[in-house]
Amino acid sequence: MNVPDHLRYTSDHEWILLDGDTVTVGITDHAQEELTDVVFVELPENGRTCDAGDPVAVVESVKAASDIYIPVAGEIVEGNIDLEADPSLVNTDPYGAGWIFKVRLKDAAAVDALMDASAYKGLIG
Amino acid sequence: MSRSLSRVNNTIHETPLAPLHIELGAKMVPFAGWNMPVQYTSIIDEHTAVREHAGIFDISHMGQFFVEGDGAEAWLNSLLTNNVAKLGLGEGQYSIMLNEQGGVIDDLILYREAEGRIFLVVNASMIDEDFAWMSKYLPEGLNLRNESDQWAAMAVQGPHAAALFAELFPGQPLPPRNGMASWTHEGELLMVCSTGYTGEEGYEFFSSSANGSAWFQRFIDAGAKPCGLGARDSLRLEVCYPLNGSDLSPSHTPLEAGLGFFCDLEKEGGFVGSEILADQKRDGLQKRLVALKYTGRGAPPRAHYGVFSKEGEQISELTSGVLSPSLREGIALAYLPLDHAKIGSLVDVDVRGRRFEAKVVKKPFYKKA
Repeated sequence: MNVPDHLRYTSDHEWILLDGDTVTVGITDHAQEELTDVVFVELPENGRTCDAGDPVAVVESVKAASDIYIPVAGEIVEGNIDLEADPSLVNTDPYGAGWIFKVRLKDAAAVDALMDASAYKGLIG
Repeated sequence: MSRSLSRVNNTIHETPLAPLHIELGAKMVPFAGWNMPVQYTSIIDEHTAVREHAGIFDISHMGQFFVEGDGAEAWLNSLLTNNVAKLGLGEGQYSIMLNEQGGVIDDLILYREAEGRIFLVVNASMIDEDFAWMSKYLPEGLNLRNESDQWAAMAVQGPHAAALFAELFPGQPLPPRNGMASWTHEGELLMVCSTGYTGEEGYEFFSSSANGSAWFQRFIDAGAKPCGLGARDSLRLEVCYPLNGSDLSPSHTPLEAGLGFFCDLEKEGGFVGSEILADQKRDGLQKRLVALKYTGRGAPPRAHYGVFSKEGEQISELTSGVLSPSLREGIALAYLPLDHAKIGSLVDVDVRGRRFEAKVVKKPFYKKA
């Protein structure tokens, strides 16, 4: 199972990449493998301000719709519009072209509280 | 994500094939009180395998009943909507069991295996209810048996399904469409029925419970792809086969569900619920189960999503829905009031507050080229 060392993780199986005051969020390789066949991604609205844990996006497989929660408080600044044409990028490149949205952080320190790769590996066994 | 990933395992029943499914890497989910494979690799891959090659589904959760005795045909004719008298020996038909109000208890397939011997396959969730209902009406002299625990059942479906059968059983002919055959193979009683729930050529195969896993594996070794309930649902919805409990229910008649073809209102003596259907036919329907297709891209339609008129009034909810793997379009079924049920009528489907336009289209969504 691919769990890159440079990312942070949540128990909801999202990954977080910190870059200055902004984070990029997607779902982990483990999550995409569990879901399989992503056929639709509902992106959050740009400019929306959210608290950590708010459901902001939806990833849908043939069988089920799964909420994606914003892992840290902040403002949505971008959604990955490539997913509208090709939602399967979430399956084929979960840590790259399959990213879902970007958040401008309210508090950069919030990222430190998230799991690192080894803690996440422990979670998924 | 956590909500979809953490599964509550309140398993009640397992088919004899469950250990094999787990060995094959299936994701198991509870369905109708049974722990069943929803998929092995990918619903889309499994769906495509059935449309293009051959897939195999464990359907051992479904119920197998036998009715035996002189007059078995006549009795079932008084209980079920279709006309059993039309069946020759070895022939089968789709039929519906109604309550006294004309609502659907279950839909099933019955096969006239021999004179005075009828084999029925009923839905998993309805085994106990169907058996109780039939027992209530059972006349003296007829024998009704629930053999659901004794049989393993698997559906082999797809354009290559017949070739797999020929490979496993050289010299044993497959019955014609809707027909059944039973024979003894190396001392074991087997049954095969040329029916299915996918819109493809294929058959349903029955062996003893004990040998079910071995047969399932033999079909896989011959080239059938193991397929789960996910693909079974998307395949059946593309060809508009109804799912009882979703598209069929005690509060809808089969005429409303568009199954009038399988209800013989002319047959002598009628059947349970036939008077209600005759009244409904005379007075006209108030609603009909229609096929809806998105007019553009959109979030996958699913059961229970609201259906709205173009004026914004909620008129119904979806009974089934999926993003069709074959057509790559949102498809769904819903009971709509008659003034919205015409082919070409436009409605909106509500997905988490967003509206996606859908059009009433002719059934089925998918037809073999």
